[in-house]
Amino acid sequence: MTRLTGLALAALMASTALPATAETLRWARAGDSLTLDPHAQNEGPTHTLAHQIYEPLIIRDMTGAFEAALATDWAPKADDPNVWVFTLRQGVKYHDGADFTAEDVVFSINRAKSDNSRMKELLSSVVEVRAVDDHTVEFVTDGPNPILPSNLTNLFIMDKGWTEANGAVEVQNMDAGESTFAATNTNGTGAYKLVSREPDVKTVLTRNEDYWGKGQFPLDVSEIVYTPIQNAATRVAAILSGEVDFIQDVPVQDLQRVAATDGLVVKTAPQNRTIFFGLNLGPDDIANDNVEGKNPLADVRVRRAMNLAINRDAIRQVVMRGQSQPAGIISPPFVNGWTEEMDRIETDVAQAKALMAEAGYGDGFSIQLDCPNDRYINDEAICQAAVGMFGQIGITVNLDAKPKAQHFPLISSGGTDFYMLGWGVPTYDSEYIFNFLVHTRGEQRGSWNGTGYSNPELDAKIVSLSSETDLDKRNATIADIWGTVQDEVLYLPIHHQVLNWGMTDKVGIEVSPEDDPKIKYFTMK
Amino acid sequence: MLAYILRRVGQSVLVLLVVGLVAFAMFRFVGDPVDAMLGQERTQADIERLTVELGLDRPFPVQYWKFLTQAAQGNFGLSYRQGRPVTKILLERAPATLELAFVSGIMALVGGIALGVFTAIRRRGVAANVIMTVSLIGVSLPTFLIGILLIYIFAVELKWLPSFGRGEVVRIGGWSTGFLTESGLKAIILPAITLGLYQMTLIMRLVRTEMLEVLRMDYIRFARARGLAEKSVNFRHALKNTMVPVITVTGLQLGSIIAFAIITETVFQWPGVGLLFINAVQFVDIPVMAAYLMLISVMFVGINLIVDLLYFAIDPRLRLDRGTEAKA
Repeated sequence: MTRLTGLALAALMASTALPATAETLRWARAGDSLTLDPHAQNEGPTHTLAHQIYEPLIIRDMTGAFEAALATDWAPKADDPNVWVFTLRQGVKYHDGADFTAEDVVFSINRAKSDNSRMKELLSSVVEVRAVDDHTVEFVTDGPNPILPSNLTNLFIMDKGWTEANGAVEVQNMDAGESTFAATNTNGTGAYKLVSREPDVKTVLTRNEDYWGKGQFPLDVSEIVYTPIQNAATRVAAILSGEVDFIQDVPVQDLQRVAATDGLVVKTAPQNRTIFFGLNLGPDDIANDNVEGKNPLADVRVRRAMNLAINRDAIRQVVMRGQSQPAGIISPPFVNGWTEEMDRIETDVAQAKALMAEAGYGDGFSIQLDCPNDRYINDEAICQAAVGMFGQIGITVNLDAKPKAQHFPLISSGGTDFYMLGWGVPTYDSEYIFNFLVHTRGEQRGSWNGTGYSNPELDAKIVSLSSETDLDKRNATIADIWGTVQDEVLYLPIHHQVLNWGMTDKVGIEVSPEDDPKIKYFTMK
Repeated sequence: MLAYILRRVGQSVLVLLVVGLVAFAMFRFVGDPVDAMLGQERTQADIERLTVELGLDRPFPVQYWKFLTQAAQGNFGLSYRQGRPVTKILLERAPATLELAFVSGIMALVGGIALGVFTAIRRRGVAANVIMTVSLIGVSLPTFLIGILLIYIFAVELKWLPSFGRGEVVRIGGWSTGFLTESGLKAIILPAITLGLYQMTLIMRLVRTEMLEVLRMDYIRFARARGLAEKSVNFRHALKNTMVPVITVTGLQLGSIIAFAIITETVFQWPGVGLLFINAVQFVDIPVMAAYLMLISVMFVGINLIVDLLYFAIDPRLRLDRGTEAKA
């Protein structure tokens, strides 16, 4: 009897805690998810859709802070710094009703580490994953890895049984020309289930009524209709005409228009992406300038002068219509290692000219700037503005702007001496920036370092970060590396991008720095 | 006869091969798909591995040969962007483009003929002159501007019609149609106008000129003299004789409506093959670009082939010429 009342009471409480709303969120953004296979692409819109359906062990909430998802606790093992122990959430079920267990974590991480996975770089330090019992998993790394949890926030867990039964164990193999079952079907533990999907057209999701997080998250949205709308003008028209409730990627020139419309709101926050110029300072001579026999960029005084010549406030005002945050460092503000002091920089053309003269380039030189025209917000316009600013100190810049598909290979292949690049830091830690942008270009690290800069001493410090468990010591090393990067002016920072989301006043959500709305946090009035 | 057909088919295949070759040569300048496919975290080793895996390290004639041999078996490979078979994607997208092309083709034909006849008959009327002037504007405004203008008026301001997409679609076998739902029908109006406006003005001007020409003919004068009704003269005798060139032009234009729906599809987020192609270009999705270009060239070559064969069937003189040539 008592048990029955207890059950009835529990049922009653559960039903009152249940969001009774039936609200549809019509959501549009510029790009679509590329695939439903959670390990086949490492790309923003793809992860964003996957986050509604699948879950990693740990997620970042809408402010960017860690939040427990499929793991409830995580900590390095007391007696072995090379092992991280994750305690898994109990009672979680997949959309098809199967139980979530440690076996699934082991399976998913191994799948994400396989050759065809695009997520494997995030797990390069993981040697082994083992299930201790049904709800405990240990990650063994090749050395102490203090920031492993931040690499796991986009690593989704799939059901081992479902994946095996449907022959989707292997992540899609381009060479074999075969698509996997998991690319078009899902079975996650997330707050929403897939109802239907036509790539580039429409994806419909419905609320998972058995979600473990019921009562813990708002879960006001009962149905999601997600439509990619590529053309910016059409996207804005769709929200103005009331055909969608929520858009990402509001073009800066339309912000006023959207904000001024009754019933619509624009919300803004700094994005996890910094825009900057890279300089090929390594070689003794470079191809794309008019100086014979030497490389003007190799002289730190020239690089300092160029850094001083950029009027970041003017770019913010004129090119970005106020929608940027001028930067003095190539790291977004919330990243571990960022300091306000380093992020501040003044424009000083007189001093820049003096430095140029001191370096022996008083008459200037000319160089080609390579710039994308379809990747970052107003990328080409920023470059155009910079051309004028460098002109003031005698540097004649020839701008060559092209689509991203042609621009980025230039950086990979070393075909450019002066280029624009933007960088986001999904781990929220400076090590990520150093690994890709500062370390000497090699097999495993430095793949985006197009500067030709190579400093073995600095490389050693960067490598040491990955296994330093004493966080104070580690932070001191990070500060030390930043000191060198800033002194050497490896890069010329421009600004931190700002994100804008447009929504009806019914929708309650704040902009996340990763540009990844997780709909379970949305409230609907 | 058979020799003639064989020769024409042979020429068509040659054209296709050349188009493919040129397309493949061009892909090298579109960019490198490897960077687009690998995320920010890729290492130099990944770039090399994927380049080899995709066969991009081989010279382009080799890549082209591989593409041709696979395409001959109906396999266009896997889309780099979506990771799904290209053939399947194209088949999914084709109905949207074909329906749009169909509606705008009909609209252009009906509207163009009606307005053309009207402006020819009432050549000096105020309405005819207004239509002629407006048609000039229609023909000189770029497609994307017309599209955005229509969206602004009918979607944002009046809120009558949707600004993007196809609305609800109904699946009949492998075909998805928007003709059977209200939202689907509403959704097709603006894109169809945008896409068909240019063709409509073209047909209208063609019909008008032809009509003016025919109306001057003796037999029209005699018909009038016989006391036939004006309606019968205009439509039964005059219009009928203007139709031959109109149908020829329309047939050829249908090809370009399908092939060049790219801009309209981008503006209206219309999920057809044009939008697919634009996405493929941005992502350097070579299998999709190659398949699309081959498809379009097959279509054009096919239309031309049919037209040639029709001439042959219709015009006995062609047959005769060939015959005498052969004998001589």
